[in-house]
Amino acid sequence: MNNYTHAVETHQLTKHFSDFVAVDAVDFAIPKGEIFGLLGPNGAGKTTTIRMLCGIMKPSAGTATVLGHDISRDPEAIKKQIGYMSQRFSLYNDLTAFENLQFYAAVYSVPRSERAKNITELIEISGLADHRNELTRNLSGAWRQRLALACAIVHKPPMLFLDEATAGVDPVSRREFWDLIYDMAGQGVSVLATTHYMDEAEYCNTIGMMYRGELIAIAEPDELRASLPGTLIQMECDPIDRAQAILDAMPETLEASVHGAQLHITLTDAKSIKKITRNLSRNQIQVSYIEEVQPSLEDVFIALVSEYRLKAEQDSDVNGQDMTDANAMEEIRK
Amino acid sequence: MERLFTIMRKELFHIWRDPRTMAMLLLLPGLLLVLLGYGVNFDREHTPMVIADLSKTDASRRYIENFTASDDFDITYDALSEDEILSLIDDDQVDAGLLIPESFGRKVAAGETVQVQFYINGATDPGDVQAIRLKLSSISQVAAQNILVEQLQRTPQGALIQMPVDALEKTLYNPDSDSKLFMIPGLIPIILQIQALILSALAIVKEREQGTMEQLIVTPIKSWELMLGKIIPYLLVSILNLFALLWLGDLLFGVGVAGSFWQLIGLSVVFIIGSLGMGVLISNISQTQMQAIYLAIFLVLIPAIILTGLMYPRDDMPWFTYIYSELLPVTHFLEITRGIMLRGVSAASVWASTLPLIGLSLVYFVASVLAFRKRIV
Repeated sequence: MNNYTHAVETHQLTKHFSDFVAVDAVDFAIPKGEIFGLLGPNGAGKTTTIRMLCGIMKPSAGTATVLGHDISRDPEAIKKQIGYMSQRFSLYNDLTAFENLQFYAAVYSVPRSERAKNITELIEISGLADHRNELTRNLSGAWRQRLALACAIVHKPPMLFLDEATAGVDPVSRREFWDLIYDMAGQGVSVLATTHYMDEAEYCNTIGMMYRGELIAIAEPDELRASLPGTLIQMECDPIDRAQAILDAMPETLEASVHGAQLHITLTDAKSIKKITRNLSRNQIQVSYIEEVQPSLEDVFIALVSEYRLKAEQDSDVNGQDMTDANAMEEIRK
Repeated sequence: MERLFTIMRKELFHIWRDPRTMAMLLLLPGLLLVLLGYGVNFDREHTPMVIADLSKTDASRRYIENFTASDDFDITYDALSEDEILSLIDDDQVDAGLLIPESFGRKVAAGETVQVQFYINGATDPGDVQAIRLKLSSISQVAAQNILVEQLQRTPQGALIQMPVDALEKTLYNPDSDSKLFMIPGLIPIILQIQALILSALAIVKEREQGTMEQLIVTPIKSWELMLGKIIPYLLVSILNLFALLWLGDLLFGVGVAGSFWQLIGLSVVFIIGSLGMGVLISNISQTQMQAIYLAIFLVLIPAIILTGLMYPRDDMPWFTYIYSELLPVTHFLEITRGIMLRGVSAASVWASTLPLIGLSLVYFVASVLAFRKRIV
């Protein structure tokens, strides 16, 4: 067995497709048994990063090791020991759930003596018992996703790559899915997951935020939230548009934005809450609800991206592909 | 090894679980053979014929009797020279001519080979031309065999065995064309080619499109296991079809296998492997199923029908077309099926076709395995 301290380690890992830089000199490491989440909008380079680490795409520059094996020199050694689940349900529709499992067990050369046991166990854990002999095409999205996970771990890999594995699955199923992943990590399996569901990031030990090929932050979820300057306030009031205009004009407000029926305000510090409520009531604005809240990772991400873009604009000439802020926000929320 | 069987099993499931695909795979080739086989049925009897018998011996008359006795030809003219034969064909009075040289009687008696000359009017329907040619040569062969038997009876030692009559033929105006007998052994390679190529051309790219390929290439499976696992099930399907086509050709058109059945099967398997290899090669370089189908049709299938000698002679092709047709295994396989099925020759005697067929098939097959990369580009 190869000796390694980190399940994944990358050094300046880079991939470009002709002119386009998909992954830009990315450095990170995943300790054994940890869940590492790569967060970012579509096109940030998450999938490309995973594909390189799985040994199915050659990096343009930089190196990486997975379970101690170099991704360029020894991709086949990596493939034996990893499980991979991609955003598309890559199962054979005209095979039954059981046959799909059998197929991947054989492809991974799971010893015959363990095969039946592994498959039975997986069917039980994933709750597929009732659907065992159903054709995969007849399974619902959530069941197919569980089956895909079961297929990806039928050989009990010490490392699991999940690329948008929960895309298009209902919230309850997503939660159950993550509980399974959490259990596996508890048993020592290292996990690299990409997602653009920010709530899923809460399951990760460490989060890497990716934007346009760059890793713009790596930290634990709590650290990331704490890094956000100011205090976040949630408020319901009427009329909301006028309230936003008034608050925007105040020096204590870093930012005020409308989220549905609510107003999110970032204040320089918590003490300003009294001041702004006074100001609002003076302007005949009814505040029905006000609360200080924990910033979500989405808030953190948006703040990081604005910061990144600001820096990028200062660093270099503004070039043609630059987007407006509104576009960037839109891109992030997708 | 187990991984190979796993892939094969899965591929067979794909075929088996889709009744429509299965019906198409197994029924359409036979239907096509029937459709095209009858479509090009050029049977023609009572072709007007002229014979110039310069030998005027017993031997030559017995040789000619074989032609007068058949319904296929009506000997409507006697001629005295080649010029007369040519002018009768020129005037469209006859479609076939036979010139027996003066030396015929003497040479046959001496046990030497004598050459006779056939003339065929190439300006009639191309199907007719081929039918006439085939009948002339087969009647001549029967006649020659009769003479040979007589010779052998006279010389019991059998010291000198050679065909007594060597039939030369000259098709006027249109040196080559087709007939039903020519068509069935030609259709079988083409039908097998279409099926093997299309099936395998989709084999890889289909998985690429549905996303399962990405899942497969992150597994430790070996390229050759995957390629072979995909090719072998289609090989089985194609062999099944080969038997069905040979059976139908015999049953409906009376075109059996004159030569060695198992040599034909063996070379057919080689051909199918090569065709599947070509298809997989196409599949490897295509990103979508549509691209694969396009490449298969335009690079291989249409040339296979037009350039391989199925319908048009290859002798008059410009060099680059000729070379292209030489690179298609089906060109060589066509020569082999015609040779073994019609002329009853052995695989060894058509080595000029057998060797290129085996070589090309091997190249395409190996290339198809090597071309596969367990990577995303």
